[in-house]
Formats: sequence, structure tokens, C-alpha cells
Amino acid sequence: MDKFAFDIAHFLAGSLVLVSLMLLYQDRLSALLNVFAFQAVVLALSVSWQAYVQGAPHLYLTAAIALIVKAIVIPVALHRMIRRLGIHREVETALNVGTTMLAGLALVALSIVVVLRVTADAGTLAREDLAFALSVVLLGLLMMVTRRNAVSQVVGFMSLENGLILAATGAKGMPFVVEISVAFSVLVAFIVIGIFLFRIRERFDTVDLQALDDLRERRG
Amino acid sequence: MTPVILLLWLVAALLFTAGLAVAIRRSALARRVVYGFSIATCGFAIAVALVHLLASPAITSTAVLPLGLPWIGANFRLDALSAFFVLVINLGGTAASLYGLGYGRHESEPRRVLPFFPAFLAGMNLVLLADDAFTFLLSWEFMSLASWALVMTRHRDDDNRRAGYVYLVMASVGTFALLLAFGLLAGPEGGYAFKTIRAHGASSGLTGLVLALALLGTGSKAGLVPLHVWLPLAHPAAPSHVSALMSGVMTKVAVYGFIRIVFDLLGPPAWWWGVPVLVAGAGTAALGVLYALMQNDIKRVLAYSTIENIGLIFVGLGLALAFGGNGMKAAAALAMTAALFHVLNHALFKSLLFFGAGAVLTATGERRMEMLGGLLNRMPATGLLFLVGAAAISALPPLNGFASEWLMLQAILLSPDLPQWALKLLVPVVGALLALAAALAAACFVRAFGITFLGRPRSEAATNAHEVDRLSIAAMAILALLCLFTGVFPALIIDALAPVVDALTGTRMPVQTHIAWLSIVPVAESRSSYNGLLVFLFITISASLAAFVIHRVASNRVRRAPAWDCGFPDSSPATQYTADSFAQPVRRVFGGFAFRATERVDMPAPGDGRPARMTVTLHDLAWELVYDPVVRLVNFLAERLNHLQFLTIRRYLSLVFGALVLLLLIIASWP
Repeated sequence: MDKFAFDIAHFLAGSLVLVSLMLLYQDRLSALLNVFAFQAVVLALSVSWQAYVQGAPHLYLTAAIALIVKAIVIPVALHRMIRRLGIHREVETALNVGTTMLAGLALVALSIVVVLRVTADAGTLAREDLAFALSVVLLGLLMMVTRRNAVSQVVGFMSLENGLILAATGAKGMPFVVEISVAFSVLVAFIVIGIFLFRIRERFDTVDLQALDDLRERRG
Repeated sequence: MTPVILLLWLVAALLFTAGLAVAIRRSALARRVVYGFSIATCGFAIAVALVHLLASPAITSTAVLPLGLPWIGANFRLDALSAFFVLVINLGGTAASLYGLGYGRHESEPRRVLPFFPAFLAGMNLVLLADDAFTFLLSWEFMSLASWALVMTRHRDDDNRRAGYVYLVMASVGTFALLLAFGLLAGPEGGYAFKTIRAHGASSGLTGLVLALALLGTGSKAGLVPLHVWLPLAHPAAPSHVSALMSGVMTKVAVYGFIRIVFDLLGPPAWWWGVPVLVAGAGTAALGVLYALMQNDIKRVLAYSTIENIGLIFVGLGLALAFGGNGMKAAAALAMTAALFHVLNHALFKSLLFFGAGAVLTATGERRMEMLGGLLNRMPATGLLFLVGAAAISALPPLNGFASEWLMLQAILLSPDLPQWALKLLVPVVGALLALAAALAAACFVRAFGITFLGRPRSEAATNAHEVDRLSIAAMAILALLCLFTGVFPALIIDALAPVVDALTGTRMPVQTHIAWLSIVPVAESRSSYNGLLVFLFITISASLAAFVIHRVASNRVRRAPAWDCGFPDSSPATQYTADSFAQPVRRVFGGFAFRATERVDMPAPGDGRPARMTVTLHDLAWELVYDPVVRLVNFLAERLNHLQFLTIRRYLSLVFGALVLLLLIIASWP
């Protein structure tokens, strides 16, 4: 692989991590969704670049799925959902932004150290790609842990999944079936969680997960 | 077809029978079909094992089936050792099936017994044939679960449920220990096939640990003190023919597991391996029989006596290790022969005794000895056969128990030749404990037989008892004859065991069958010899003569009954010697330290009308010192961890996240 192709791949994967960090400090839901859509666009770009470089046409399909489903369908649906729920202006009481960002940076550092140590004999691109992918996954998890609103947890989950796709496309010879099934499982998860959101809302008049926990404590 | 394939087919037939039992569970024929098939298959297996053992013991036949771990497959192997145990197990299996054919008629819930009975037999046979750790453990668990299902036959009884629970827990602990032992034996390369393990043995630093784990794993199944607590609960809870299988046969599978691991897989023995085995065995023997003496439930007496006999067998194995580790091959062969001989003997007479107890249970519905008595007149055949079993287990010549225990003591007498002072001092102590156990076992079975079968009936049920069916009696009679046969001709058994012993200890006992008059001479003519046949003839002739003389001379005399009638002026059966009163002397001597026994007598003052009362309290120290602390610790930890049940979703996620980050940190900082 020539230097240029490597640089572009590196740049796109790095952008994905950057966007993940951006996700972390969005405290308004609609802004969060916009950044998430942007992350999906970056992902689609990265995947199609991989498709071009590896000469693997099926990856274009993956990119297309990422673009259509994650950059358009899901964000639009979530936008409509939060509008219907009336929480689009809500400011979420997340963990202190500074702390979260510091934790996120630490996670990125950790994943780079881990991957570089573990994959000493793999190709350079695969190594860096994996390091970035692991960072995105960890940042997604961090988001799920620090947020209390169900919608932002969904977003955290999906950005986590973006990391998985990045890892999958970085590795050559990944079977297409796996990608398809991952994409579908995310779609299903989205639908299920969406339905749950409305159910929670109906029941408790809020999508703050604290309400669910309160219920459990009352029962337990 | 090689013998091992043949045996695997027989196992398959047993499993098929188990399936069949489910299919035809509503049919009236189910019992006959299941037990009939079991008799046929086990009998066939006996034939295969016997032919292998006598005709071609040096040949091992192996088979690999494409099951189990993909890179190993399921390995099976029949060598002399497994052939001998296949013989023992199926001997017990055949007798139990024959007994079940008659006894099963009285079974209240046959559908809970019939499917598991052949499955249990199949599991035991599979353990003996397994030749890799995975197959071994799988069969071992299968055997445990099948027997657990049988223990739970009468699950509506609280005691039985508790027995099943304790059994399940202890079986899991044992399997876990064996799992670790095999893991250590297989080493980092994961060579789980016994062939691989045999080739490289355990690395020298780990042998002690493997030995301890093997002792723990197989000892918990065999009933070594203090791992025995489940045994007297679980064995009596099952139907009697299953109790016989569990006590007489399944414990032997555990002994087999120990021999297989320690003598075959672990490599050449070191002398110190014998020490823990000897200590565990001797303690088990002495404590087991003391426990047995304190029991009132006849099946529990038998279960505790199983513990004692397992102790004896482990003493033999420990001696074999101690001698073998010092290069005293002939002595090791003697001890090993004694242990294996006792394996066979115990399978025979313990099954016989459990069948007898089952017959009593069928006839009276009663397991408490205090409610029995006088059954010899009502059930003469059962009584006589039970007496044979009781004499055999009490090691009375000319029966088989004497032969094996005598060999064991001969091996112990060789201990002064051992070079280590630790063993020189330990082995005589073990011998003394063994002698004590033998004497107490005799007392125990005098008590069991005397209280149950002699005297006058203590309850309505015992008064109305009737002899059991012929099939049950036939099963008992076969076992009793075998007890007599092996006792009278021990030389045949010793020579048949020679190839097994040779494979395990590197040599064999001197050939016995050529010695005149079928005597056995374990070491040298000048030291000791025993002739079962002569003893048998002498006892038969002198006893017949005595009986003849007494009947001729004494019985015919006209006697007037005196007013003084032997301390029984009152004809109430409650005035008889009871099981508790029989055990009292022993309880007073040993109970203080073995059970922390206390007696409290509540004697009303003169003129006070209430009855006097004596209360005896026994403590099971195994429970109080070993299990209760463990239970308390587990409960404490469980209580501490309990609030993890009630965390918020986010907390759970945080835990997962934290664990992930922690693991990544470990990877990142691993040197």
C-alpha cells in the first residue's frame, strides 16, 4: 500500500475518534444526534476508502448501509422521536464535561498502548486501525456509562457499533455476512430501544433511566 | 471386534434400555424388560471382562470415537485394571438387576427408578473405559447425576431432598477437584489423552498437588472421612438395590479413579505419597465403623460400614505407594493385591447386605432396627444370607473378608523393612487402627444381625413379616455363594489379579494356585500361610458335629422350665437388649472424643411417677469442624455480594466497563 492511501486511511480513522470525542461533550440531544450523523458520514467515507484501497467492492455496500441507515434514517427518526417526546431542547445532566473528556483521552491512550503491544507482528495499517477502532468502542461505552438519558445511551451504543465496523473493515477478508448481520442487529436494537423509549415515557412521563431504577428500588 | 468395542456396544445397549424405559414406562412389562436387559448386558460384560482378564490381560485394546473434544476425540481403552473393575461393577450390576426384578415389584414410583438404573450402570462402565480426561470427567458426571436422580426417587421426603442436595454439592466439589487434577496432569500443552499424560507424567513440583486433588476428588465419591458426610445420607435414600449399587459398586469406581490417576498417570511413586493415603484410609476405617456402631437405621449402618471398608482399601493403596516408592515391589504387589481383593469382596458382601436390608424393608416397611427383631424365624432365607454377608464383612474365616484383610495385615507386617522412620512408625499405627476397625466391624454386625433377626419382634410389622420373593433371594444367594467361593479359594483370585497388580506395581505376588491344598502363601512359607479350604472344612465338620451332639445329647433331654427365666420375667419385647444398649460400651469408650458424646440421665426421685429418661447426644465432628465453617464463610460472602443484585442499569454498565478497562490495563502493563 502506498504512502498516500495509508495517510488517508489514517486520517479518516483518526477523524472517527475525534468525532467520538465530540459526541462526549454534546449536552443537548439534538446536537448529539447531529454529531452522531456526522460520525456515520465519516465512517462511510472511511469504509469506502478501504473498499477502494483493498479493491473489495462489497465494502461499498457496507459504506452505503452506514450512510443511509446511520447517517440519515436513524438520526432523522431519533430527531422526530425526541420532538414527539418533547425533549429536544433538554439539557442533559451528564458528568462534568472536563472529567469526561479527560477520561476519554485516557481511554484513547490506553487502547493505543494495548493494541500496539498486542499486535506487534501485524501490518501497520491494521494496527493503527484497530487502535482507533478500540478507542471508538471504549468511548461509546464511556458515553453509555456517563449518560442518564435513554436516547443518549442509544447513541452511545451505536457509536460503539461504529467502532466495531471500523475494526471489521480494517481487517482484510472480513466476510460480508458478518457486516450485514451486525448492521441488521443494530437496526433491530434501534427499533427495540425506540419502542422501549415510548413505553418508558408512557409509564413514567420521562425517559430518564433514573425512573426505572427508582421503580426497581421500590420493588427490591 | 475388540473387547473395548464390545463393551462400548454394551454401554450403548444400557443407554438404549434407559431410553426404552421412558418409552414403555406405562407398560406393566417395563420392570421386567429393563431389569432383564440389564441382567443380560451386565452378564455379557462380565464375560467379556473375565475373558480379557484371564486370556489376554497384557493386551490393551483401544478405540477412538469422533466425539468429545475435537482434537482428541473420545478415547476408550480396556487394560487389565479396567477389565477387573468392569468385572466387579457388572457383577454388582447383574446381582442388583436380578434383585430389582423381584424387589422392584414393591417400588411405589417405578418410573423414577427404571430409566435411571441402566443409565447409572452405563455411566459407571464408561468411567472405567474412558481413556482421556474429558471422557472420564463426562462419564463421571453422568454417573453422579444418574445416581442423584435415583437418590431423589422419593423426593417428597424432606430428608431425601436434603440428601440429594448434599450429594449434588459434594459430587460437584469432587468433580471440580478431579478437573483441576487432570488440568495439572495435562500440562500447558493440554494433552488430555491419558496416553499423552502417561508418556510425560506430572512435572515433579506438581505431583503433591495432583495427589491431593485426586484424593479429594475420588475420596469425596468414595467416602473418605471427612468427605463422607453425603454418603450415609444419600446411599440409604435410594431404593435398596440402588443403595447396593452405590455403596458396593460406585465407591469402587471412585477407587478405580484414584488408582488410575495415582498409579497409572502420575508416574513412578515416591514413598511420601503413601503417607496422606495411609492416614486418610486408617482414619476413615476407624471412624467409619464407629459411626456405623452408633446408627439405628439399618441402611445407614451399612452405608457407614462402606466408609470403613473404603478406608481399608485406601490403606492397602497407601501401603502399595509406600512400598513401591521404596522399590519394594513384592511388598507393593502384596498390598495392591489385598486392596483389589477387598474391592471385589466389598462389592460382593455390601451388595448382599443391602439386598438383605431391602428385603427386611419390603417385609416390614421398617428401617429402624429398634422396631425389628425376631425376623430369622419369619424370613429364614434372608436371615441366613444376611448372616453370611455379616460374617464376611466382619472378616470371619472362611469367608472372603478374612482373606483380603489377612493379606492386608501381612503387608503391614512387612513395614519394618521400610527405610523411612516416618513410615516405620506410621504403618504399625495404621495396622492397629485397622485391627480396631475389624473388631468394631464385627461388633457392629453382631449388633445389626442380632437386633434385626434375633430375639422377639419389637413391632407389629416385624411380627407379621414374610419371606420375600424368590428372585431377591436368588440374587442374595448368588452373592453369598460368591463370598464363600472367593473366601475358600483365595488363591484363584490372587492369581487372577496378578496381571492387574503387575501392571500397577511392576511385579506380582508369587503364583498361588500351584501350592498344595490351595493354601495361600503371600511372602514365604516360613512367615505365614492360610488355607481357606481347610478352615472351611474344619468349621463345617466341627460345627455339624457340635450341632449333632447338642441335638442328640442335650435337646432330647426332658427339661422342666424353671421359674427363673433368664431375666425375661416380662414377656414384653421392650425388655430385650436394644441396639442402643448394645452400642453403649463402645460409645462410652470412643464416643467422648470421636463424637463428643454426652449422656444425661433424668432419674425421677422416689415416689415421682414420671418415667426415667436417658438422653444421648452425639455430635458429628466432620460437620461441625469442616463443613459448618465453610457454610458460614460462603453465607457471609453471599450476604456481602447480595446487594450486587439490586444495582441500577448504569451501575451494571459501569461494572462491565470498569472490568473491561481493568483487563485492558493489565494487558497494557503486562511485562
